[in-house]
Amino acid sequence: MVLHTITITDTAEEYSCKETQHLLAGMMQLGKKGIPVGCRGGGCGVCKINILSGTFESKKMSRDRVTEQEEKAGTVLACRVFPRSDIRLQVVGHLNKAITAATSSFSESINQEK
Amino acid sequence: MAMTGILRPGHVQLRVLDMDESLEHYCNNMGLIETDRDDKGRVYLKCWDEQDKFSVVLEPSDRSGMDHMAFKVRTEQDLWRFESNVKKFGVETTRIPAGELNGCGERVSFVAPGGHRFDLYAEKEQVGNGIPTTNPAPWPEGIQGMKAIRLDHCLLYGNDHDEEIRFFTEALEFELTEQIMDGDVQVAAFLSCSTKAHDIAFIRHEEAGKLHHASFLLGSWEQVLRAADIISMKDIPLDVGPTRHGLTRGMTIYYFDPSGNRNEVFAEDSYRYPDSPVLTWEASNVGQAIFYHSRTLVDSFMGVTS
Repeated sequence: MVLHTITITDTAEEYSCKETQHLLAGMMQLGKKGIPVGCRGGGCGVCKINILSGTFESKKMSRDRVTEQEEKAGTVLACRVFPRSDIRLQVVGHLNKAITAATSSFSESINQEK
Repeated sequence: MAMTGILRPGHVQLRVLDMDESLEHYCNNMGLIETDRDDKGRVYLKCWDEQDKFSVVLEPSDRSGMDHMAFKVRTEQDLWRFESNVKKFGVETTRIPAGELNGCGERVSFVAPGGHRFDLYAEKEQVGNGIPTTNPAPWPEGIQGMKAIRLDHCLLYGNDHDEEIRFFTEALEFELTEQIMDGDVQVAAFLSCSTKAHDIAFIRHEEAGKLHHASFLLGSWEQVLRAADIISMKDIPLDVGPTRHGLTRGMTIYYFDPSGNRNEVFAEDSYRYPDSPVLTWEASNVGQAIFYHSRTLVDSFMGVTS
């Protein structure tokens, strides 16, 4: 079983990931955090990352979330990337937590949950 | 109460990134049945206890999400009546010829405020539910996985919430059943065209035309628990559950299909009539409204759409 080291440069968090696991699965399995976790199927875009170095294979990502140009430039979805070497990455995506509301009190009550 | 006008959600067309993986998910794991394919690569699926030929169309695409949701109306007269209603509301309609989707009659199509496309149709080929109509058995043999009973509803996120609700109630004659209110602002609206708690629901959002989930019915809490087992057994990405909603009282579990489209399977635990009061959940109690037991919102549930 080939393991590679994945470094989330934003937090200096490191974890091991198998070639058969996508980067998000590797992170989750070890209980690590750093890349937002969404649909894990390439459709929602919250796990968007920039690959700073390393090689990988990838599965199809929704073009609503990652354009062809972005993908060519190494901006990809972590849940669709399978490492073939050690990888250093930077987190781009985020999870928009609140239901949008016209008033601020709603957002406050959401944020109080955190 | 005689059922007139819009009868029920008729089908949802979902864009998928990988058809083989999607069929494994919807057919092997959820129990939907493939009934047809067409020359555009679309695959037609139905749940076991539906009479019509399909309630899900999977469309091969380079992006995820919902292409459109369709409702079945009772008669052809209803179809033209709603076409007129929609136009009077100020929304443009187009007609899609019969057969554009295999086995589906002519459709009236429009994009509602909030950016979602909806179609209405009166005719669809009926293939039955696998049980004879004389002396019928209670269920058919050979249904796989979660054994989803029917397509039940979709929850959509749109960026013109108040207009979208006004459109659905005024032009399409849906009725409000439950809502989340933040003071005077309606944050979420659940609408019905039947005795179900909801046939469609909307949440106020800043993006247009997004799918939160497509939902399928199960028969009991035990069936929801069994679906939870299957989700783990088959490495399906879990979102939230199994648990109960405050809104609708539904017993539920959420998970994602292989393209990141969220699905729900749930068992209902409420009904309504046109003379039922509207139920309101206060925004300050939103945790309990959505997840009755944990009373805690889950980031991925709130923030992930396709």
